[in-house]
Amino acid sequence: MRSDLEIIEDWIQPNSRILDLACGPGELFHHLMINKNISGYGLEINADDLNTCIEKGIPVLEQNIDEGLLNFEDQTFDLVLMAHALQQFRRPDLLIDEMLRIGKECIITFPNFGHWRNRLHLGLKGRMPVSEYLPYNWYDTPNIHFFTFQDFERLCREKNIKVLRWAAIDGQYKNHWWIRSMPNLFSETAIFHITR
Amino acid sequence: MPDVIPSDSVGIVSPQVANFETPLTLTCGQTLASYQLIYETYGTLNADASNAVLICHALSGDHHAAGYHNAEDKKPGWWDSAIGPGKPIDTNHFFVISLNNLGGCGGSTGPTSINLVTGQAWESDFPIVTVEDWVESQARLADFLGIQTFAAIVGGSLGGMQALEWSIRFPDRLKSAVIIASAPKLSTQNIAFNEVARQSIRRDPDFFDGRYQTNRTVPTNGLGLARMLGHITYLSNDAMGEKFGRTMRHEQFQYNYDIEFEVESYLRYQGEAFTKRFDANSYMLMTKALDYFDPAAQNNNDLSATLKKAKCEFLLVSFSTDWRFSPERSEEIVNALIKAGKQVSYAKIEASEGHDAFLIPIPRYMSVLKTFLTRVSNSLSREES
Repeated sequence: MRSDLEIIEDWIQPNSRILDLACGPGELFHHLMINKNISGYGLEINADDLNTCIEKGIPVLEQNIDEGLLNFEDQTFDLVLMAHALQQFRRPDLLIDEMLRIGKECIITFPNFGHWRNRLHLGLKGRMPVSEYLPYNWYDTPNIHFFTFQDFERLCREKNIKVLRWAAIDGQYKNHWWIRSMPNLFSETAIFHITR
Repeated sequence: MPDVIPSDSVGIVSPQVANFETPLTLTCGQTLASYQLIYETYGTLNADASNAVLICHALSGDHHAAGYHNAEDKKPGWWDSAIGPGKPIDTNHFFVISLNNLGGCGGSTGPTSINLVTGQAWESDFPIVTVEDWVESQARLADFLGIQTFAAIVGGSLGGMQALEWSIRFPDRLKSAVIIASAPKLSTQNIAFNEVARQSIRRDPDFFDGRYQTNRTVPTNGLGLARMLGHITYLSNDAMGEKFGRTMRHEQFQYNYDIEFEVESYLRYQGEAFTKRFDANSYMLMTKALDYFDPAAQNNNDLSATLKKAKCEFLLVSFSTDWRFSPERSEEIVNALIKAGKQVSYAKIEASEGHDAFLIPIPRYMSVLKTFLTRVSNSLSREES
């Protein structure tokens, strides 16, 4: 398990009912099924990932998140989860609202675009960063929104969303003190646990 | 049949018949004092009878789902692409049962059978049967075969409705339900199509109010028309366009009512071929069973409350260009299952073939089916050990 997934695991109550948005091949969901006895569903539109989920026994639904989540009723999940995907959807702000409508709490992880290497790349080279962590060109990237740790915090404040806890880790999934003290500069992945 | 039976075929199969003497009271109120069901099985039932899979057929299907009846057979059973050794419904692991439903014309008791009370063929006196009646009779067949719990019950279209009904009616008797290109009830448009099909049969002068056997006729025109209409709705506009386009029979228009376009020829052929293998009264009955199916009706139209009882896990599959049983209809079932907190997976398969897609071995469709059923089969062996 990657350490961001370990951090998430620590935050999750056993027996939770979870909706995992853009669950991919279900790595996290499967891990939580075994170790935390969670139930719920994964949502995915990639055919191969969907099959992998079915293989692992994860209840998985083919549903395009950008087309809405109205088939899920208010407050019917303990937790709505979204790992490394928020930046790929049309309206992250509305999506967060939806996630908090459906779930009592949410855990969201995203790449922090404010990481010093990105700033350096853009600032010195004057070109959009391409790295091992964000390996796409500007024209073919599925990541259509770039935002930082601070941007996300600010959105939460504006929306009166409570941040229950957060974590920040670097590319090696390490969680050093300097990352914790200046997450907007040093974290590559931000993890937020939020509620209304 | 091909000269050499392919290694993934169930090979030569023979139908069997089970006779039932316990009266079956039908939804319509009438009782069948006795009846028979014709069925085929593929694969081997394991020691604890836990590996059985029931195949439920759709409107015009029957018990012959896989393999060949004899060396002269031109075509294998209707779902041979999915049933066999190594195929998604893998007969190396599963004991597969496929039956002809009551009211059908494949050999189970139906309109062409003899009514023991009158000594004559039932014809149109055969009582209307419903999906619930079928499921009840299928459960009796399971009892007869010594199967308490099915590993999976699988069906497409009207067959999917039977799998759904099983999950509600006998929640303890199945581990999983696979519901393909189906719906929790017919749409108004679907009922309307069925009514046109029935009217075309009933208005055929050779129909004689369903007593055509007595009158030594066959309502081929009416039944053929019904099938032509059906075929149009089973294909997507794109699939029809791809298959026939505006391809003409002759180089120039003939300016008459003979066949001008290939699609006309195809429909006429399909209509006519169908009248040779299917009984008009059975067709009428099957369309009525479709119309009546609505398990949520007794539950304030609350499908999710109706599905609360279900205990099995579900796989739902739909096809992108299916407009007779559109993806949205499958999603109604999926969403009701989510609301009821049930285990469900759902795949929407990109396919150009319309409703017919459920009978076609589209790679992604077959792969989803195989993945799901492999896990069902693996979990059986885990329980055993």
